[in-house]
Amino acid sequence: MVDFLNPTGWALALLQTLLFAAGAPLLVAWVKRIKSRLQNRRGPSLLQPYRDLHKLFGKEAVMAHTASPVFRAAPYIVFGATLIAASVIPMLAVELPTAAIADVIVLVGFLALARFFLALAGMDVGTSFGGMGSSREMLISALAEPAMLMAVFTLTMSAHSTNLSSVIEHVLNSGLLLRPSFLFALLGLLLVAVAETGRIPVDNPATHLELTMVHEAMILEYSGRHLALMEWAAQIKLMLYGVLLANIFLPWGIASTLSAGSLLTGLIAIVVKLALLGVILAVSETVVAKMRLFRVPAFLNLAFMLSLLGMLSHVILEVGA
Amino acid sequence: MTELYLVLGIPAIGALLLGLVRKLRLASWLNLGLSAATFVVSMVLALDVLAHGPRHSENLLVDPFNIYLLVLTSFIGLTTAIFSRPYMEHVCHEGRCSPQRMRLYHSMFQAFMFTMLLALSTNNLGILWVAVEGATLATVLLVSLYRTPEAIEAAWKYFILCGVGIAQALFGTVLLYFAAQHVVPNAEDGLNWLVLYEHAKDLSPTVMGLAFVFLLVGYGTKVGLVPLHQWLPDAHSEGPTPMSAVLSGLLLNVALYAVVRIKMLTDGALAASAHPHMAGYLLMGFGLTSFLVAGLFLHRQRDIKRLFSYSLIEHMGLATFGFGIGGPLGTFAALLHMLVHSITKSSIFITVGHASHIAGTQAIDHIRGLIRTQPSVGWGLLFGVAAIAGFPPFGVFTSEFLLLSATMQSWPWLTVSLLTGLVIALAGLFRHLHPMVYGAVPEGQSAVKVNMIPVAVHLLLVLWIGLSIPAFLANWLDQAVHLITGEGLL
Amino acid sequence: MNLMHLSLLEQTILVLGALTLFLSFALLPQARLTTMVHLFAWQGGLLALLTAVVASVGGNHHLYVSALLTLALKALLIPWMLHRLIRRLQLERHQERLDRQALVMMTGAALVIFSYWVVLPVARLELANTRNVVGLSLGIIQLGMLLMVVRRQAVAQVIGFMSVENGLFLAAVAATSGMPLVVELGIAFDVLVAAVLFGVFFFHIRESIDSLDVDLLTRLSEAEQEKLASESEGEA
Repeated sequence: MVDFLNPTGWALALLQTLLFAAGAPLLVAWVKRIKSRLQNRRGPSLLQPYRDLHKLFGKEAVMAHTASPVFRAAPYIVFGATLIAASVIPMLAVELPTAAIADVIVLVGFLALARFFLALAGMDVGTSFGGMGSSREMLISALAEPAMLMAVFTLTMSAHSTNLSSVIEHVLNSGLLLRPSFLFALLGLLLVAVAETGRIPVDNPATHLELTMVHEAMILEYSGRHLALMEWAAQIKLMLYGVLLANIFLPWGIASTLSAGSLLTGLIAIVVKLALLGVILAVSETVVAKMRLFRVPAFLNLAFMLSLLGMLSHVILEVGA
Repeated sequence: MTELYLVLGIPAIGALLLGLVRKLRLASWLNLGLSAATFVVSMVLALDVLAHGPRHSENLLVDPFNIYLLVLTSFIGLTTAIFSRPYMEHVCHEGRCSPQRMRLYHSMFQAFMFTMLLALSTNNLGILWVAVEGATLATVLLVSLYRTPEAIEAAWKYFILCGVGIAQALFGTVLLYFAAQHVVPNAEDGLNWLVLYEHAKDLSPTVMGLAFVFLLVGYGTKVGLVPLHQWLPDAHSEGPTPMSAVLSGLLLNVALYAVVRIKMLTDGALAASAHPHMAGYLLMGFGLTSFLVAGLFLHRQRDIKRLFSYSLIEHMGLATFGFGIGGPLGTFAALLHMLVHSITKSSIFITVGHASHIAGTQAIDHIRGLIRTQPSVGWGLLFGVAAIAGFPPFGVFTSEFLLLSATMQSWPWLTVSLLTGLVIALAGLFRHLHPMVYGAVPEGQSAVKVNMIPVAVHLLLVLWIGLSIPAFLANWLDQAVHLITGEGLL
Repeated sequence: MNLMHLSLLEQTILVLGALTLFLSFALLPQARLTTMVHLFAWQGGLLALLTAVVASVGGNHHLYVSALLTLALKALLIPWMLHRLIRRLQLERHQERLDRQALVMMTGAALVIFSYWVVLPVARLELANTRNVVGLSLGIIQLGMLLMVVRRQAVAQVIGFMSVENGLFLAAVAATSGMPLVVELGIAFDVLVAAVLFGVFFFHIRESIDSLDVDLLTRLSEAEQEKLASESEGEA
């Protein structure tokens, strides 16, 4: 059981969160690098995002004179909410003290909070691009959220718990099982993750093309440390989805005891899994073209259908008849 | 069993043979000869079965129930072939149909006969399905034989609706096989009707109930039960008339036969469950609905063949209702009704074919004064409709009277709706019939070459059955009733 | 009852069955006919694989024959025929947007739930070794019929028709380890003949209405008949 007074546990949870924050830029750089290689380019160094963040933190934050306090506070809230969301996800080990709030609904709530302030900040200054980006972001998230919840419910129905830690443990304990529902939920969540983290084909993080940008449009007015926080939050979000997918569907390797050996295994396992996911993401972004915004609802409908099918096949095929 | 193999073999070989014959005259005579041979052999088989009792092999089965339909099928096949010879020649002279298509027509006519006879005589419910689906495939190109937009539309509807419907029946068959696997000693025999009937009471009532619903919907589409009847008036009105005659006289009977066979199994399986009469109630409900709805639709028809298609639905509904009531009397009445209705309806379609040749159209509004232009056709139509409407002394009156008595016996308050339906249908038929037969002759209308012998034979047969059911026929039907309900009527 | 009691191969059956259902869903909104044919071919291929797996689980050797038959017929021959027809009818670039796509998809989901509910009492009997795959297959049948209802293009309707057949086949394989071989051969023959006839029909329909939009086939509906009749009365 979870021991709330275990200082090592708390230390580990803290360490895990720090790892999350520190590793996120690396993951983004990794994806970029693989992508460059696939396109026959050399690509930036793996440390480039760190340099960018460092540069931005050193610069002055310029603010529009129409900006309200919301605009000023938004980067901190967005970053904070994303980081807290990241901290509840079991990355290295299950049964950490933070497992108590590692509930999927809490997680979705934190992410929604971050998104809400992001959208507010986009509209705050009153530029047309910001408003456009916010409205697009809200459209996408409104369509993505049901799909995500449906997929998550499929998982939680199998595990009889909405607690991430218990879900992972359940999957671990039941051994190698081919569950049709998990397959569909995985596919559905993958699509949702692509949409939520603003990757191709829904959004392209590499361009500032005014007609298509979503996330970039919202943070167009930010500069200096504010921009750094926003970018960092986006990177953490990508990693968050990666860890979530990797650890729920392929939890093998995650530490279930707090010994040094198993923790090291857990670390290696998650690094390998994330590296693989990064490769998959890079390949798919190279193969697939960005779709027009009008097609995004169809894309997310597909995600929803997959999640729904996951739930249906859980009910039809897996619940004892 | 040799006779049975012959009954199946003649049309099968005929279908291949007629696909090769190029000369139209030869083909139509051959078609006639093959049908006649099939009929003679089936009669021999029937006499044999009646004398020595039912017999069966692994996949084939003849018992009093299906032998009567076998004979009926080959008989109507024969008379239709007689009618079809001059009729289709006439069609060809009009240029509505090319010689190649006539080859297709003759070949498919025999193929259709083969699938019908196979469906009736098989012992395996899976083969029954394959044969009924095969009958659709054989006839679908015949419905669109004239290649008019209407004909193609009708054929497409027929194909799609019957295809989808029959898919439900296959699902039901799968469920049935599923239920049987845990009951019959040798799982491979799970579709063998005789084996299933023997073990009917052990079949799981849950699965059988569900299977019956699917099978009823599937084969019910072929029977033309409302609301699954949409394809029927189209296919009958747009196809060549001999096709309408065999479709109405045979295909629907075979589908109903399949439903009854499965009802026998279902009744056995459900006997000890909470709803022992579920199958019967479903049949009654579908039958009565079809009967009443089709009766009302009669009033709105403008096309003479559509008119009689709805009358067809109405009568199939009545027969279904009879099987639904069950018991010796209801079943006897339903069997008799299937028999007399088939004979009468195919004779009507033949007459209608001639009538539309005379008038040059199928629109009821333009068919007038038949009795003056060509008395034989006019009187034929008049008598045919009188027979189908249930006037005494024709056979349909007898069967409908028996059906009413059966209803009176077990569901007295339903007789009211039956009687109302009969009156509605009667009015619907006669309001159209009267001007067609007696109305003023349009200018330029003249007699055509007709062959009313099949019609006369059919009507005389129906009259004979109506006046006094011949003892051997009564005995025959009674054996079938005994088989279906477990007790005889006589 | 737990999935853990099933062997890995049996779990594979469930996964393959679920994927087959997914392909039925994918067929529904697909606008391009060629893609539809591809999806249909994949469905046939999955079905053949599933049949082979069922055969190896249960040791029924005659099922290998049906697996091969399915592969040859539904994954190769019929898709090939459909492709050829599409080329000859010059429909490669034909696109048909589905109106109210979300509604159709939801209806599809509702139909699957309905199928599940219908077959539930049978599944409760625990007679089958492969769970409620029968419910799944009924779902595929219903989705095929839904496809035929919502599509107006004749080729699309035929693909719906054929996917109904796929559902039936899945039911037969999953519930009873296949029908007797005679019946199975008969069904395969019927399907093949139907496919050929459909091909013939495409040309007839196009000849008669100069399009393959079967919604234009309305001359025989009761309402249309009334209209024609009243028009002719007006002329008189």
